[in-house]
Amino acid sequence: MLKRGGSGYTAVPPWIYAIAAVGALFVLLPLLGMMAKVNWPQFIPLVTSQASLTALGLSLRTAAASTVLCIVLGIPLALVLARGNFPGQRLLRAFVLLPLVLPPVVGGIALLYTFGRQGLLGRTLEMAGIQIAFSTVAVVLAQTFVALPFMVVSLEGALRTAGGKYEGVAATLGARPTTVLRRVTLPLVLPGLASGAVLSFARSLGEFGATLTFAGSLQGVTRTLPLEIYLQRETDADAAVALSLVLVAVAAVVVALSYRSPRTTGTPAKASA
Amino acid sequence: MKSLLKATTTLIATGALALSLAGCSPETTGNAADTSAASGVSGSITVFAAASLKTTFTQMAAEFEASNPGTTVNLSFAGSSDLLTQITSGAPADVFASADTKNMDKLGEADLVEGTPTDFATNVLQIAVPPSNPASITSLEDLTHPGAKVVICAPQVPCGSATKKVEEAAQITLSPVSEESSVTDVLGKVTSGEADAGLVYVTDVKTAGDKVKGIEFPESDAAVNIYPIGTVKTSKNKELADAFIAAVTGPQGQAVLTDAGFGTP
Repeated sequence: MLKRGGSGYTAVPPWIYAIAAVGALFVLLPLLGMMAKVNWPQFIPLVTSQASLTALGLSLRTAAASTVLCIVLGIPLALVLARGNFPGQRLLRAFVLLPLVLPPVVGGIALLYTFGRQGLLGRTLEMAGIQIAFSTVAVVLAQTFVALPFMVVSLEGALRTAGGKYEGVAATLGARPTTVLRRVTLPLVLPGLASGAVLSFARSLGEFGATLTFAGSLQGVTRTLPLEIYLQRETDADAAVALSLVLVAVAAVVVALSYRSPRTTGTPAKASA
Repeated sequence: MKSLLKATTTLIATGALALSLAGCSPETTGNAADTSAASGVSGSITVFAAASLKTTFTQMAAEFEASNPGTTVNLSFAGSSDLLTQITSGAPADVFASADTKNMDKLGEADLVEGTPTDFATNVLQIAVPPSNPASITSLEDLTHPGAKVVICAPQVPCGSATKKVEEAAQITLSPVSEESSVTDVLGKVTSGEADAGLVYVTDVKTAGDKVKGIEFPESDAAVNIYPIGTVKTSKNKELADAFIAAVTGPQGQAVLTDAGFGTP
């Protein structure tokens, strides 16, 4: 990442390269191993089966919806955590970041006992005629739950890096807080917001454990691509491997996008330091 | 500070991505390396058993170790097809106990079964409902009522193919709200009260205790699941493996299985 030449010490001891190579291989080899298993002549029919396409479509739609939710909820959370000053701030950060380290199944169980029929809010929702269990909404909730910390972490980092100088200037020029947020803060942290959104999308796309526990698995309604892969593996290993490769490809594109965007969007050079 | 935050972000992001890509890989238990070459039953074996055998096999293994001092029985539980994949990929299993004949046959096709497997138990489906039975389910037909939230296994997994057979026998079509990939997931949806009813094995209902109520139905005879057990060809301690299988198929083992709700083949 620190490629911008000129200033700074950049030499890396040669032996570090050796260990780094092992690390890289550790990630690459399993992917190669999987690719070696792909039944290439059957690849297209396998990934374009009705069940696969339905699952892929559902995955893309739910992941997009979750990303929107992450943006809507993540921006205020990141702002409050980065700029706010109130008791319990550190505690709030710890809780918001909790899903990062929580096994997704645990997240699923937590959601189940909150939004499920017998859950904390579920009973009230049920009386209001809203049923979340076994619906696509449940998938989106599960994905948002696990993806939100990515948005908050990315954005909070960007907010801290950007600092408050420009906002201060804007405020002294008479801009109201909401105007400062809209005209100065958000444009300033746009790269962080973008990479947060891309990561949230990727995490949503890969969500498995919480979805399986909380939303169930029904074709076209709750069976996203990871769940479809898990199920296909029972009977048709070729299809599971082919679909896995699709997910790897999508993930690769997403990661490439997220790590390019902060540098190419041409906003203040500081942002990528 | 900011570079630290950035580094953490990157680290967390890559880590989580790797995690989500890798999905879940079943854990492997035990180390079956120390097989003693001495005659008689001694040393250790690893038994790969279907998830539905967890309670019974844990009990049987403890009893077996107690009556055969110097032996260790390591147990690994997972879905039968998961276990099959693991064994054919070289996992060090000595005994395979499958929840269906299909996966045992596949192991035979891979030339990994020593001799002929023995059928040691049977299992049938039962309707599981929450104790309060909110949808007032009393028969298989009741599951087709609109408004009843029914969860079943996906047809790709053994309990799902059994469900399909039962549906055909009863000439009904279920419209489930979810098709789970394991019977445990179906049961979980019922015990948590999310679903009004689920089709699971009678042994699962028994294990769940008072968290669910079981409802028998005559059409379950159409799909009797047979559990075969066999020694894996690559086992390094076949004597001990055979002795354990004899214990499972013997009177003591059968008593444990019957207690848990299994039928005799």
